[in-house]
Amino acid sequence: MTAAAMLKAWTGAALAAPVAWLASVVNVPLKSWQRATGTGGMAAFFLAPNMAIFGIFVLVPLVINFFYSATSGTAYFLQDRTYVGLEQYQRLLDCGSYLDPATCREDLFWKAVHNTGLFVVVQVALMTIVSIATALILNREIVGRSFWRAVFFFPVLLSPVVTGLIWRWILQRQGLLNLIVHDMGGEPYNWLTDRFWAFAAAVSVSVWAHMGFYTLILLAGLQAIPRDLYEAAEMDGTKPARIFWRITLPLLMPNLLVVIVLALIRAVQIFDEVYVLTGGGPGTSTLYLTQYIYEIGFASLLRNPGLASAASILMGLVLVVLTLLQLQVGRRGERKGARE
Amino acid sequence: MSGVATFLTRRRGGRGWHWTDVVSWLWLAGGLVIMFGPAVWLLGSSFKTPAQLAEFPPTILPYVSQQATVEGHDKPLTLYRVKLPDGSTKVLAEVRRIGIVAQMVDPKAPNEIVKVNIANREPVREIGLATENYTEPFVHFDFLRYLRNSVFVTAMATLITLLTNSMAAFALSKYRFRGRDLTMLLIVGTLMVPLSVILVPLYSVVSAVGLLDSLWGVILPTVATPTGVFLLRQYMLTIPDELLDAARMDNASEWQIYWRIVLPLAAPALAVLAIFSVVWRWNDFLWPLVVLSRKELYTLQVGLNTYAGQLNVQWHYILAMTVVTMIPVVLVFVFLQRYITSGIAGTGLK
Repeated sequence: MTAAAMLKAWTGAALAAPVAWLASVVNVPLKSWQRATGTGGMAAFFLAPNMAIFGIFVLVPLVINFFYSATSGTAYFLQDRTYVGLEQYQRLLDCGSYLDPATCREDLFWKAVHNTGLFVVVQVALMTIVSIATALILNREIVGRSFWRAVFFFPVLLSPVVTGLIWRWILQRQGLLNLIVHDMGGEPYNWLTDRFWAFAAAVSVSVWAHMGFYTLILLAGLQAIPRDLYEAAEMDGTKPARIFWRITLPLLMPNLLVVIVLALIRAVQIFDEVYVLTGGGPGTSTLYLTQYIYEIGFASLLRNPGLASAASILMGLVLVVLTLLQLQVGRRGERKGARE
Repeated sequence: MSGVATFLTRRRGGRGWHWTDVVSWLWLAGGLVIMFGPAVWLLGSSFKTPAQLAEFPPTILPYVSQQATVEGHDKPLTLYRVKLPDGSTKVLAEVRRIGIVAQMVDPKAPNEIVKVNIANREPVREIGLATENYTEPFVHFDFLRYLRNSVFVTAMATLITLLTNSMAAFALSKYRFRGRDLTMLLIVGTLMVPLSVILVPLYSVVSAVGLLDSLWGVILPTVATPTGVFLLRQYMLTIPDELLDAARMDNASEWQIYWRIVLPLAAPALAVLAIFSVVWRWNDFLWPLVVLSRKELYTLQVGLNTYAGQLNVQWHYILAMTVVTMIPVVLVFVFLQRYITSGIAGTGLK
């Protein structure tokens, strides 16, 4: 045995031995628990840790969120807050015209709603188109498909903070984009201080970061389409465009709908990478709902957790509707799959 | 040579080239540049000196200015190639700079000061790596501490996730009890409750249980992942019950069945969940940002964001720290990417 192999075996044993020992130690009390309560008690035991954590950190917050949104004050403990009924919701929804945030009492909230709405529409549309195009190309007979698939997947793994910083670095005044602009004879520009370009950057960077994920789902859908359909179409001399509209797209529809709804759900919650990239600016032009909730709930000097909680419930309602839509879509896809 | 060309342009199926092939390869090549280019640019920039980072147009490769020790001066002086009034060029070292005039000396004749307009000189540079960008944050910043915090959070959260999720999945797949389907529904139903929806109440719960401003406050709320329970349960359903019954005949306790039989058999699913969990927890940002207010508890992501949000952004350090933050994820990408892609393609989870 070489020294390296011995070292590996030793460290493996050194790590595994205490774990195995611990497992055998807990076996003793668990055996008596099993004798006392039967397998039903064991089911409870196995579920307990996960459900306790789940209950405390997911279910309880979910329930008290409703109480929270019915109180006011800056304290975080529920008992220190005053009951105000639906006042927070009234405040959020108090608007001269919902189309113009400036006429609203909580103009920042409505600004965030408008920004998020526009972001969702543009980002999801762009995401879908880019992902379909990439998936179609990856589904062709290309050399090194798994390599190319990995290429588009790489940014998906990056942390949003890293993604935001990478692009902030590229888009800043002395950045790579301005180098390219300069080499083509243009004037360098401060992209992220411009309302339009900051929005364009937020959309493109989030598409860049997540398109690999949706491409994978679409590619799986494309690969499930039976080859003989294409062969038959080719034999009939069908044009490629017609093959796409008549065969590929209809058969890809279940996956495509899943992708669109998933992208919608994610886009509504957009926060991290845009927050690092633009900080919501310039002004409030890239301020989105999650950032609004974070700032009103915690970061702002005039913080109002009740208002943040009410806003988060309104956002949650949108997400519930989208998720129900997803389940519906998924079920339809399944039925379709079962029929084939 | 023509052999290479035909090899490279050969297509599967032996058919000729079509315009869609050209479009495809352009798209793929463009994708390669756009997907990896930014990270490569980051890596290159992270080795540049602050002076070089402030330059426009930026250079592609990192350079370092050459310095020389000159007699009579304690610190090494930066060397410049200077165009002298008589038209000749000479390498001089800068002593000090006043406005647009620099006082320079010839390293070979250190006593004679030459005044040079800064427009008539450029630094002597060679390709080199400013590795101090990487070493200094460990000393001057709390970078090492952030790194430790991130490693601790990621490792602990992943271990607890694997243990609690697999126990729950075991109960939900191998026992019949009242309320099982309801429990499963509850778990899967919360997939639609993202963090941003329960941010404020979760904060108050975490502070009520005394975990505010502690790394456990970052870890615990994230570990009961519905995706993990779901993934493991689906996998454990494929383990035949006869195996468990046989072990029961041999007088094995339920815990031993879970530990000795089900867990080892579920290893592939556990591995996928472990990889996901590491990436999730390493990348987490919003929750640590909310729950941690003491600086020494920051994770890498929060620490990086804080440095990048300062008025005077020290990009040379931030870029290097960003690269270090990227390393674990890049390792996962290089070695474990296929597990993740097959996991997503198979279950649609992320």
